[in-house]
Amino acid sequence: MRLDLSHIQRWIAPGSRVLDLGCGDGVFLEFLRDQRQVRGTGLEIDQDYITAAISRGLNVVEQNMDESLANFPDQSFDTVVLALALQAVNYPDRVLEEMLRIGREGIVTFPNFGHWRCRLMLGLGGRMPVSGFMPYTWYNTPNIHFCTVKDFENLCKEKGIRILARDVVGNTKRQPMLSNRWPNLFATTAIYHITR
Amino acid sequence: MNHPEESHSVGLVTPLVAHFEEPLGLTCGRELPAYQLVYETYGELNAQRSNAVLICHALSGNHHAAGYHSPNDRKPGWWNECIGPGKPIDTSRFFVVCLNNLGGCHGSTGPSSINPATGKPWGRDFPPMRTRDWVQSQARLADYLGIDCWAAVIGGSLGGMQAMRWSLEFPQRIRHCIVIAAALKLSAQNLAFNEVARQAIESDPDFLGGDYQTHGAVPARGLALARMIGHITYLSDDAMANKFGRDLRSGSLGRGEANDAEFQVQSYLRHQGSQFSGNFDANTYILMTRALDYFDLALEYGNDPVAAFRHARCSFLVISFSTDWRFSPERSREIVNALIAADRPVTYAEIEAKEGHDAFLMPIPRYLDVFRAYMLRVGDCY
Repeated sequence: MRLDLSHIQRWIAPGSRVLDLGCGDGVFLEFLRDQRQVRGTGLEIDQDYITAAISRGLNVVEQNMDESLANFPDQSFDTVVLALALQAVNYPDRVLEEMLRIGREGIVTFPNFGHWRCRLMLGLGGRMPVSGFMPYTWYNTPNIHFCTVKDFENLCKEKGIRILARDVVGNTKRQPMLSNRWPNLFATTAIYHITR
Repeated sequence: MNHPEESHSVGLVTPLVAHFEEPLGLTCGRELPAYQLVYETYGELNAQRSNAVLICHALSGNHHAAGYHSPNDRKPGWWNECIGPGKPIDTSRFFVVCLNNLGGCHGSTGPSSINPATGKPWGRDFPPMRTRDWVQSQARLADYLGIDCWAAVIGGSLGGMQAMRWSLEFPQRIRHCIVIAAALKLSAQNLAFNEVARQAIESDPDFLGGDYQTHGAVPARGLALARMIGHITYLSDDAMANKFGRDLRSGSLGRGEANDAEFQVQSYLRHQGSQFSGNFDANTYILMTRALDYFDLALEYGNDPVAAFRHARCSFLVISFSTDWRFSPERSREIVNALIAADRPVTYAEIEAKEGHDAFLMPIPRYLDVFRAYMLRVGDCY
């Protein structure tokens, strides 16, 4: 399983209801269903992902979370997950607000643009960062709203969102110490457990 | 095109008839004393009787959903693209049942059947049917076949409405509900098209107030016109443009050429209309359009589709098509949103397709992929 997903599964209670925004091929919801008896629903817009998620026996709704999530009632899920999709939506702040309207808790993961490699490429190289983790060129990328660990925490403060827990993924096995101590510099992926 | 001997066809099939002697109370308050239903089955019912799938037909459909009645048939059943070995509704896994609904004109009791009370065809006296009545009669067919619970009830258009009604009328007897290109109720525009179709039939002098059969008449022109109107609404603007454009079948639009020019689309529609009027009964067409008009899933649940769907116990698959303007994706999203709000398991796909409402009968790759993927799940929960 993708590293950020293996980190967040421990925050999801067995038997709970989970809405996965941008559920991809459904591998995470499948894991939660089979290992945690979770009742899950996925939202997705990619056709191939939708078919793959249906093949896993999951409930998946073709819907663009960027347009509206108003059809999901208040507090109808225990947890709403937004994994590596925050940077790809038009209105990240609105999506965050909607997540915590629909779910009691939210889990957000995103690539940290404050990572030292990004800073190096931009600061010294003078070019937008391109890496194995962010493989897109600036003009052809689904990622339109990059932010850093600091930016995200500031937004949460502004919106009155409480951070229950923070976790980070560094880019090598030797770095967990560094990325926990200085996440904005050493985390490649930031992981947040949030609530109102 | 699949032929009877081809591996992905269910091959040659023979319609069966079930007779019911117990009267059926109808939504209109009247009672059908005795009736028969004609149906077809494909595939084998398993020992647990848990792999049965019910197909509900749309406005002008019938029990012949797949395969061929004879090796000389030019066309297979109406949903042959989706039913057969290896197809989305895989007959090597499922026992598929499709019937001609009550009020139909292909073998089930309907307006052209003999009314036992008068010894003459029912004609206009045949009781009006509601989707609910069809579901009740389908449940009796399930009893007759020894099927306690359908693995899935599946339908497109008016068939999708029956599938939804099943989920509310018999929540314990349906595990999956598959609703394709349907709606919670018709829009005013849809009601209007149906009214024009009925007026076309009723204003045909041969209609004789619906009594044409006893007088040996056929309101063929009215029925053909009704079908032509309907047919236009089942296609998209683009589909018609691609298929016909402004191509001429005869004549010319050139200056000084006095002959009347005829467009391809004209002759196509006339052909569709006349073919249909030779195979369909006018009173049945009126009855079917009325059933469509009167369908309103949530009417008896305080007009609240969320409250209605709370009675359902099954999982849902909802599919719509991008250019379907008769039952637009917006109507399907209303179904999906009500299911979400009612906390029912739902999967939804909006298929990019240029064919309009008719897309639900077409072999569109993504449509078949989604359908097949979901049916795997239906099969896994035996």
